[in-house]
Amino acid sequence: MKIVEVLGPGCNNCRRLEAVAREAVVIAGVEAEIRHVTDYQEILAHGVMSTPGLVIDGKVVSVGRIPSASDIAGWLTA
Amino acid sequence: MTALPMRRAHVPFRLLAPVVVVGWLAAWFVNLPLANWAAYDLLGLERGSHVGDAVAFFLLDVPKVLLLLLGIMTVVSFLRSYFPPERMRAALAGRGTLPATVGAAAFGVVTPFCSCSAVPLFIGFVEAGIPLGVTFAFLISSPMVNEVALVLLWGLFGPGIALLYMAAGLTVAIVGGLVLGRLPLEKWIEPWVLAVRAGGGATSLDLRLSVEQRMRDAWASTKDLVRRVLLYVIIGIGIGAFIHGFVPTELVAQIGGRDNPFAVPIVVAIAIPLYSNAAGTIPIVEALLGKGLPLGTTLAFMMSIVAISLPEFVILRRVMSLRLIAVFASVVVAGILAVGFLFNALGL
Repeated sequence: MKIVEVLGPGCNNCRRLEAVAREAVVIAGVEAEIRHVTDYQEILAHGVMSTPGLVIDGKVVSVGRIPSASDIAGWLTA
Repeated sequence: MTALPMRRAHVPFRLLAPVVVVGWLAAWFVNLPLANWAAYDLLGLERGSHVGDAVAFFLLDVPKVLLLLLGIMTVVSFLRSYFPPERMRAALAGRGTLPATVGAAAFGVVTPFCSCSAVPLFIGFVEAGIPLGVTFAFLISSPMVNEVALVLLWGLFGPGIALLYMAAGLTVAIVGGLVLGRLPLEKWIEPWVLAVRAGGGATSLDLRLSVEQRMRDAWASTKDLVRRVLLYVIIGIGIGAFIHGFVPTELVAQIGGRDNPFAVPIVVAIAIPLYSNAAGTIPIVEALLGKGLPLGTTLAFMMSIVAISLPEFVILRRVMSLRLIAVFASVVVAGILAVGFLFNALGL
């Protein structure tokens, strides 16, 4: 069970990243829980200054961009 | 749906890029003759007539603005991806007030930034011990010397005005940052901000992306931008075309001219609700400048469109008191008015 966290206050890009992440979970075929983190203190706790950020199992894998679904799927299965 | 991004990743980027560049250049050079031909020959409108000039302006500017946005914005977004906020914070931390303020204003031009990142960025700066004035210099210059505004100014008005705009914007950001840095503003920051301890997750991350990945990101964000602003661009060019064809020069000169001391404050007030529609308003400004609106008034209008953003103030309210936002906004408005009056007084 993977924990995928999308970090961002709820702007357009954050919502798009969340959608791409859902797509990636399907592509990767893994079991995953997707959380959308909007709390600034929690976002900063990951050291992310440019949103949206993407965290998989507590590790920051991308900041300030929307990676492709296939990239995220790659991180999920790595 | 899922197969599309995977397949696109296999397009041979090295072959595609030159084709796109050649196609863009061809479209750019054929635009003017094509617009004139369509307006005057195809539609048979008379050269110099009100309708003819307005239609020619519209047919010239719509493809031109779209080409500028799609082509140049992709290149600019690509270059900007090399200056993330994390890199800026590392470069600014621990420097003296003046170099840090100038640096923050300069980073404002190149660092990719959207107002939804304003809060994490603000906290990240405070946490790194970067003075407030330096942070404000960035928060002023980043939207003001905004890439959409610069690219369109360059394409529609020429490099002279684009560079002048950039210099004026940087000056407002630096002076504004220095002034705000002198004021005792720390007490107006929300207390929880000072207590945040940022983790190192993202800074220790290997964020080195490939050139192709950066290019794909740039294209995706540009497409998204164009989709969002397209309607405003077309409306803006429509209004610009109407002004270009039908509004007499004397009227613009009379209302917005150098002799009217209220022209600059009025355009600043008009611009505030137009936020984030830089792409839609620049064609209107282009037509007004052509009708003799003075440069200072024009620059002040442009600056307040992009730099005074009510949505951003609402977001910043999370981390600072209303008083601090009011002080910040007043300094920016004062700077913009100064630019407007100065350039009008110089008679440029």
